[in-house]
Amino acid sequence: MAGLTPLTRAWRPAVLGLAGLYFLVPLAASVVFTVDVPGRGLTFDAYTRIIGTEGFLTSLLLSLGLAAATIAVVLLLLVPAAVALRLGAPRLRPVVEAVCSLPLVVPPIAFVAGIGTVLKWGPEHLSRTPLFQTFVALQNPDFPVVLVLAYAVMALPFAHRALDAGLRAVDVRTLVEAARSCGAGPVRALVTAVLPNLRGALMNAAFLTLALVLGEYTVAQLLGFRPFAVWIVNVSGSQAQMSVAVSVLSLLVTWVLLLALAGAGGRTPGARRARTAKGTP
Amino acid sequence: MTPTPTPTAATVEFRGLRRTFGTTTALDGLDLTVAPGELLALLGPSGCGKTTALRMLAGFETPDSGSVLVDGRDVTRVPAHRRDAGMVFQSYSLFPHLDCVDNVAFGPRMRKTGRAERHRQAAELLELVGLGDKGDRYPHQLSGGQQQRVALARALALRPRVLLLDEPLSALDAKVRLTLRDEIRRIQRELGITTLFVTHDQEEALSTADRVAVMRGGRLEQCAPPAELYGRPATAFVAEFVGTMSRIPGRLHGGTVEVLGHRLPVDGEAPAAREVDVLVRPEDLRVTADGACSARIVATAFLGATTRLTVRLADATEVKADLPTHEAAALAAGDAVTVAPRERPVLVAARPA
Ligand SMILES: Nc1ncnc2c1ncn2[C@@H]1O[C@H](COP(=O)(O)OP(=O)(O)OP(=O)(O)O)[C@@H](O)[C@H]1O
Ligand SMILES: [Mg+2]
Repeated sequence: MAGLTPLTRAWRPAVLGLAGLYFLVPLAASVVFTVDVPGRGLTFDAYTRIIGTEGFLTSLLLSLGLAAATIAVVLLLLVPAAVALRLGAPRLRPVVEAVCSLPLVVPPIAFVAGIGTVLKWGPEHLSRTPLFQTFVALQNPDFPVVLVLAYAVMALPFAHRALDAGLRAVDVRTLVEAARSCGAGPVRALVTAVLPNLRGALMNAAFLTLALVLGEYTVAQLLGFRPFAVWIVNVSGSQAQMSVAVSVLSLLVTWVLLLALAGAGGRTPGARRARTAKGTP
Repeated sequence: MTPTPTPTAATVEFRGLRRTFGTTTALDGLDLTVAPGELLALLGPSGCGKTTALRMLAGFETPDSGSVLVDGRDVTRVPAHRRDAGMVFQSYSLFPHLDCVDNVAFGPRMRKTGRAERHRQAAELLELVGLGDKGDRYPHQLSGGQQQRVALARALALRPRVLLLDEPLSALDAKVRLTLRDEIRRIQRELGITTLFVTHDQEEALSTADRVAVMRGGRLEQCAPPAELYGRPATAFVAEFVGTMSRIPGRLHGGTVEVLGHRLPVDGEAPAAREVDVLVRPEDLRVTADGACSARIVATAFLGATTRLTVRLADATEVKADLPTHEAAALAAGDAVTVAPRERPVLVAARPA
């Protein structure tokens, strides 16, 4: 702080305040709009109605299940790949980075069109083969695995970037070799020596994936499934107050989940001990 | 000189190790034997294959051909985690998420030693490296020297048969480097563990090792005790790499060489050409003031008990000579002097084109 000029010192709170207003004013307005009904005073009617509306719980649970599955798929796919890349083929990194960024440049509409085409192969060409059953299972509306696969692809750019940043901060090769010379096999070295030091990066990758899955609308809607985001749009159509209440609620749900994830990630013995140890002389 | 080996001390043998990376040849047929309980320093210029050799013994690198033997058993294809080799790395390699005790206890944990037992062992080892009171610290709370001590304790935790040190001191400042290198030597003697110590600091190698192996271009140039390496280098490369060496033009006459107006016996092989370079240590040159001579002192450097003079000879060759400081006091840069070699056998080398 000492090095800051008075001008910077004055600007900081100002910028922070402006940014805060930019986010908070619409939010506050939304909340007021949903709870302050003209002629009836303060009421939480809009919110209780949502929870009572058909499909609320099923769609929310579906979204959470999809998010959990997507996080698992993305991490199981990316972590070994990223570590192997660092250890074995550092020169391939730009290639992998480019591939992982591809989903950013493909518009969701095009992506869905592609998925739709592939899904149509099922009934058109494979109806006599056992593979047909796989195609049916992929699209089971109770748990559409095809969405997990699609989301895993869409989350790749974000998750990859988060992991890469984490890997950059640790010397993976040395950690693995140190663990191996201490008698750990290759997989154990990865799990006991590298992963604990990537906790922050894994959390970030999980956060971003979770946020993406909870908010994703286009792909789910066009493929005809009904996770939380699609349900919100469907129920909010006619009723102004309820539609805003639903948005506020979905925001809250996402926040609570992110906080819960952060809490789970930070509350580990290692982290706690590190914090207390810092205080001792 | 070699300390009495403990029952577990191992013999290590490299046999014709060869390894290429793309177009670079890291090892070009390395042969080397390390005796049980010996501390052997691998010395050589950057890129000569020291780290590659060490990593092959650790199991992190596989040779294209040749083999690595520990106590006569071929371990070339044994994976790293079953090699029984403790390693200290050049870069800081402690596990950042574990405190010192858990870092040292990592190996025993992998071998399924009980928690209480492995923590007792870890505390003992931390005591051995002088960090008994720092067990609950995390790596980021330690200085570089302390981190390398913990790394040493961690490498010793599984009672390995071989200890591998890859420039463990190179990231440390000069003073810490000196104390830690003495400490490594003390601990190594105490445990009598066969140790390979990679360094490119010749002073470090000469002062700590039982024997020093000088490498060049992926091959062994000479392996000998420090005094022998310094006093009787086998090749011109070793002579110039270990200690300071001046090259002075000379002329061969059968088994003798004429240099600076003196005839000296030739030590070892002589090249075919008659015009050669004679290799002379600074302490083997005498310098006396002589106004009539055309050799001149270019610079003087005070080294404590001795002073090193840089002298430019009549043919513009620059040589280094060490004089007792009290004798050198009478001389200054710019003075005309005579330079004479002491009467003893000298190494000669082909004159570079
Ligand atoms: N994994 C690798 N890929 C490509 N080349 C390598 C690899 N490891 C080593 N080399 C090359 O092999 C040669 C020997 O390397 P090595 O690390 O063994 O040298 P060194 O003697 O330890 O040198 P330094 O004193 O600089 O550490 C060098 O030319 C190096 O560039
Ligand atoms: Mg090296």
